[in-house]
Amino acid sequence: MKLKGAEILIRCLKGEGVDTVFGYPGGAVLPIYDVLYDSDLRHILTRHEQGAAHAADGYARATGKVGVCIATSGPGATNLVTGIATAYMDSIPMVCFTGQVGTAVIGRDAFQEADITGITLPITKHNYLVEKTEDVARIVKEAFYIARSNRPGPVVVDLPKDVMEREIDYQAPEEEISIRGYRVMKGYNSGQVIAAVESILKAERPVIYAGGGVIASEAAEELRELAEKRKIPVTTTLMGMGAFPGNNYLSLGMLGMHGTRYANYAIGESDLLIAIGVRFDDRVTAKVDTFAPHARVIHIDIDAAEIGKNVEVDVPIVGQVKEVLQAINKRLDSVDKFTDWHKTIDRWKEEFPLRYGNSAEGRIMPQNVIEKIYSLTQGDAIICTEVGQNQMWAAQYYQYKHPRSFLSSGGLGTMGYGFPAAIGAKIARPELPVIDIAGDGSIQMNIQELGTAVQYKLPVIICILNNEYLGMVRQWQGLFYGGRYSFTDMSHQPDFVKLAEAYGAIGIRVKNEDDVEGALQQALQVNDRPVVIDFWVDREADVYPMVPPGSSLFNMLGGD
Amino acid sequence: MRKHTLSVTVENKPGVLTRVTTLFRRRGYNIDSLTVGASENPSISRITIVVEGDERVIEQVIKQLYKLVDVIKIIDLTAERAVERELVLIKVKADNNVRAEIVQIVDIFRARIVDIGRETLIIECTGDTGKIDAIEESLKPFGIVELVRTGKIAIIRGSK
Repeated sequence: MKLKGAEILIRCLKGEGVDTVFGYPGGAVLPIYDVLYDSDLRHILTRHEQGAAHAADGYARATGKVGVCIATSGPGATNLVTGIATAYMDSIPMVCFTGQVGTAVIGRDAFQEADITGITLPITKHNYLVEKTEDVARIVKEAFYIARSNRPGPVVVDLPKDVMEREIDYQAPEEEISIRGYRVMKGYNSGQVIAAVESILKAERPVIYAGGGVIASEAAEELRELAEKRKIPVTTTLMGMGAFPGNNYLSLGMLGMHGTRYANYAIGESDLLIAIGVRFDDRVTAKVDTFAPHARVIHIDIDAAEIGKNVEVDVPIVGQVKEVLQAINKRLDSVDKFTDWHKTIDRWKEEFPLRYGNSAEGRIMPQNVIEKIYSLTQGDAIICTEVGQNQMWAAQYYQYKHPRSFLSSGGLGTMGYGFPAAIGAKIARPELPVIDIAGDGSIQMNIQELGTAVQYKLPVIICILNNEYLGMVRQWQGLFYGGRYSFTDMSHQPDFVKLAEAYGAIGIRVKNEDDVEGALQQALQVNDRPVVIDFWVDREADVYPMVPPGSSLFNMLGGD
Repeated sequence: MRKHTLSVTVENKPGVLTRVTTLFRRRGYNIDSLTVGASENPSISRITIVVEGDERVIEQVIKQLYKLVDVIKIIDLTAERAVERELVLIKVKADNNVRAEIVQIVDIFRARIVDIGRETLIIECTGDTGKIDAIEESLKPFGIVELVRTGKIAIIRGSK
């Protein structure tokens, strides 16, 4: 059968089970868009390539499937870079197709030429420049295989225009994938599993520290079984929100720089830390040499390079979190006794709950908005965030009950991530309310995607916690730079309500705490377009508790 | 801190060397020397990297290298019985007064003179790193005009 490169590409995408791609056309991808024109593959036209990358990422996080985006060569491809780096830092499976100038002119600084495989080398799990039409099918197959297996991550496939245009005798690629330097991880060291079980049986003050790896491995059930069987308190990282139900008695909420006091104290006092699908990030460990100082450490992760990278580990187990947890659970009996350890933690919870004061200016407290969103959705929604204070409040004051219900740029900390990610999530899970919790700074970084959400009738709700500041940076300037608010005042801003309306979305402004719930209720009723709610929140509200940079995890400011 | 010699077999494809060096740069590992060339299999190249670091750093280097899809196998030759060689070309000042002395040194090291100029000689020498260091040291007093070392290549002894 004679097929063009672009036809092979689209055929292979469908073969991989892709139903939706996010993209933006341009010169070098004209052959691909010509095939998309009468394909039944759903293409979502974003308003910026960065939006396409984050939307594909949001789609992937909401479903566990591989997210797919397409951009043209040169600036189209470089506009994806922030989205690719975001996915890389958070181990999100994505395949990004970029157009490239024709093979005859590569390397000659042709119009809209950029070396995107070179540029994305350190921010992709792997990347390809496809040199022959004959290679398209095999490379697409490999790209999806690499993106979704082991520790997931983004893969870039760069497609020169002539490779897409040329017609060849098409033969389906072999089913078996064989890549000499890449094998899918199976099994685990059972001796280490036994060592872990023995440590758990001996521990008096165990804590589970769970992260994004639990969600990536679809192991939330296994985690819950382990925690409940042995009555082990669980704290999650930002990436692990939803891996363990926030409303479970054993939940300690988030740990780290803006974690709960009781989570951080528990780490400090623990004699056994069970680290599952985590990477001991600096925002979690704080001063690393005083992290979990009394604890034996079990570390379960799919990526061998994460073991011992930042912290010495006593019982390393390399393997799929789900498989390893099943093996551990099988060897453990249930206990129902609560111990002094639980009493100690209960006391901390009572003494140091998350709390916030009233607004001196009589404005809305931002934490209150998050609590209202929780009371109205009860955890049955997908919450996306931007980055900064909005992100931390969203992590602290909402109880995530399900995996894949909290989408946030944890590793890279990308402002402008949340809204396009919410678009991807809404397309993936139309039955759930999808709410982006934003700041007035972050939302302006990808606000053009209102056009996308309106065009595709996506009822995404954007809650702007508007304090007219780049709040997190202002908070640090207040605490550590003598209150010199250098370029963090954002009070010169558009009328977000009018802006929403100009795009054809619904805009609501809320200035009083009493109106918060009503506005949210109204927004949750809308089913055919996005809603922007501009909450005028307390300008000086800060995120607490907080571990100051360079401090130990248990030396926290605020919230006491 | 100890120097480790890693023998890394990789896919013989464009860009693979960049992937390896980008990884070293990004993670801040120090490369002492790096050589790359063909292996017995035309689809596989062999990179020999000498890298300095404590055990933890070397372990990270190896694990991070394994994450590169194009890296097939890594052997830490430091722990193995291996034959290691380097090649050096040294252009040394050599007027008539000292030529005889230089020739003597060349003989002692079983090196070779590969070019004779009016004022200089070019000397070629192979050997392990220690030997190359030693000949370099011995010729220094005469004035080294230019020097180029290949970096180390290595292979395990015996049938392994």
